[in-house]
Amino acid sequence: MEKFEKLTGVAAPLDMINVDTDMIIPKQFLKTIKRSGLGVNLFDEMRYLSDGSENPDFVLNKPAYRNAEILVAGDNFGCGSSREHAPWAILDFGIRCVIAPSFADIFFNNCFKNGILPIPLPQEQVDILMKDAEKGENARMTVDLEKQEITTSDGEVIPFEVDSFRKHCLLNGLDDIGLTLEKGAAIDSFEAGAGQSRPWV
Amino acid sequence: MSPKTLYDKIWDAHLVDEAEDGTCLLYIDRHLVHEVTSPQAFEGLRMNNRTVRAPDKTIAVPDHNVPTTLDRADAATMTEDSRIQVEALDRNAKDFGIHYYPVSDVRQGIVHIVGPEQGWTLPGMTVVCGDSHTATHGAFGALAHGIGTSEVEHVLATQTLIQKKSKNMKVEITGQLAPGVTAKDITLSVIGRTGTAGGTGYVIEYCGEAIRSLSMEGRMTVCNMAIEGGARAGLIAPDEKTFAYCMGRPHAPKGAQWEAAMAWWKTLFSDEDAHWDKVVTIRGEDIAPVVTWGTSPEDVLPITASVPAPEDFKDGKVDAAKRSLEYMGLKAGTPLDQIEIDTVFIGSCTNGRIEDLRAAAAILKGRKVKDGMRAMVVPGSGLVRAQAEEEGLADIFREAGFEWRLAGCSMCLAMNPDQLAPGERCAATSNRNFEGRQGRGGRTHLMSPAMAAAAAVTGRLTDVRELMSEEAVG
Ligand code: SF4
Repeated sequence: MEKFEKLTGVAAPLDMINVDTDMIIPKQFLKTIKRSGLGVNLFDEMRYLSDGSENPDFVLNKPAYRNAEILVAGDNFGCGSSREHAPWAILDFGIRCVIAPSFADIFFNNCFKNGILPIPLPQEQVDILMKDAEKGENARMTVDLEKQEITTSDGEVIPFEVDSFRKHCLLNGLDDIGLTLEKGAAIDSFEAGAGQSRPWV
Repeated sequence: MSPKTLYDKIWDAHLVDEAEDGTCLLYIDRHLVHEVTSPQAFEGLRMNNRTVRAPDKTIAVPDHNVPTTLDRADAATMTEDSRIQVEALDRNAKDFGIHYYPVSDVRQGIVHIVGPEQGWTLPGMTVVCGDSHTATHGAFGALAHGIGTSEVEHVLATQTLIQKKSKNMKVEITGQLAPGVTAKDITLSVIGRTGTAGGTGYVIEYCGEAIRSLSMEGRMTVCNMAIEGGARAGLIAPDEKTFAYCMGRPHAPKGAQWEAAMAWWKTLFSDEDAHWDKVVTIRGEDIAPVVTWGTSPEDVLPITASVPAPEDFKDGKVDAAKRSLEYMGLKAGTPLDQIEIDTVFIGSCTNGRIEDLRAAAAILKGRKVKDGMRAMVVPGSGLVRAQAEEEGLADIFREAGFEWRLAGCSMCLAMNPDQLAPGERCAATSNRNFEGRQGRGGRTHLMSPAMAAAAAVTGRLTDVRELMSEEAVG
């Protein structure tokens, strides 16, 4: 997993609530057996018209946001399915940070596993960042994970919370499985105990 | 000892390790795997020379994109990329030695229907699957939730999951349901009340007399949609109905082990004074047969209501409602039961069980699907299908004009060729009405199997109570 330390880039405003995983990556793109290559289909149904051409009104198709690395969105982002194709598509497009008032649980988890930083913030602060993002490509935002701070293009600083374990993993690009395998002895002894008390499992 | 909720009890029984910041390692008793969210996880294992830690606790079945047409044995009916995923699962199951129900097996079906049916899902277990509707298994008093592909790989490799504990939420449905009101109406009504983010950060325990009165099938329907309310999982404490359902299933314990299991299972309930972080109470009598009108499962109204106006809502929901109505092609003020439909889909892990098929068939008996409509029933598993054939339900469906399909997810997520055309409107018993869920531009109204059957007969969204015989209503 790629490390996430500090990111300065263009933020795209997507002012919609309940952006679900079917919008992020429709199911016809789930038939891949790879993790990469989904970026072109990110937000497919909003991004392309029925004839396959780009929808010029969709934010990521506007010249200012084609290289966005941050996404600012509405409440309950990522609701719906568990498909990790959603964060894979976001990452493959080049977005490493999503800011919203709240996130659906599984999506939120999936982000961290892929080096994406999801930041939940109170609505008023998201509103400030949404306004900042709307200024276009000259409005570059900075997300500093170490300091847990977002700096807007006008220099306003907004602090954010992040779980300490997840922060550690993101900062160091650590693989969860490797970390857990180091606890093999604890798993062994749990299994031995459970084998006695709940042998039918 | 301090009083605990059912969730607390199951959590504590599976805790392998707890770090100072509250990050926990939870042991996983059952891992269910399907073809769409697992290929990258197995690939990850191979790339890192890792194995499946507990293959005997891992069960795989292809369901999401397998064709459900009767000719599916012919591989040509599958698209190239779907075939690649199913073949990858065939190979991964074999290479890693996990239990497998291939497409050709009569026990094949939707993973959340197969697990309970085969006795893999039992009370007090932790169950995970790379699918958000894993919450279904909570009906057994099992802590069950959906995970992403990286977590699938993590569970395959370590049989554990890194988790933080959720908060406890109680949803109580008191009293009795009125005739024509089903488990689906309960679960949709709860989401209508709490919103799709109302359960975020919580594990919900459903309780109350109306929940106790439900069959295991009905309880699975209720828990299935806990995720649609934002919750990590939904739970129902096990009782005599649960034990009766589990007994004798192929992978349920037998003899002395059954007795030992029962002794523990009977302790699985929330203690009297347990602490709840949030409580929602709904009177069973107040729940009506409902349908969704928009593109979020929280857009729920009784069938007797009319399409709402965006101005009826607040904040971000005003724009969302406007967008929904536009997408759904609906005008505010239209009575819901005047909305004409083109397609009826009965199936999915929400409502693809035998009881659901019985409820739909009871409405369809002696009636016909309205001319020009497309209607299909996709049983949740091969065994549900066989039982429905035996009970004569299949004949009722066929005679009414329904297509009688093989088991799979089918038009619930439309990964296989079963899709809506743009603008096509569907009465569906599945769980998601998102934009494009059933096909690009397709319009989905969620409802119970009986309501979907009623809609098939009249060609419009319909209050099922209009079609219920005097006897059934009384
Ligand atoms: S039936 Fe639908 S919701 Fe259930 S597992 Fe299949 S795709 Fe998911």
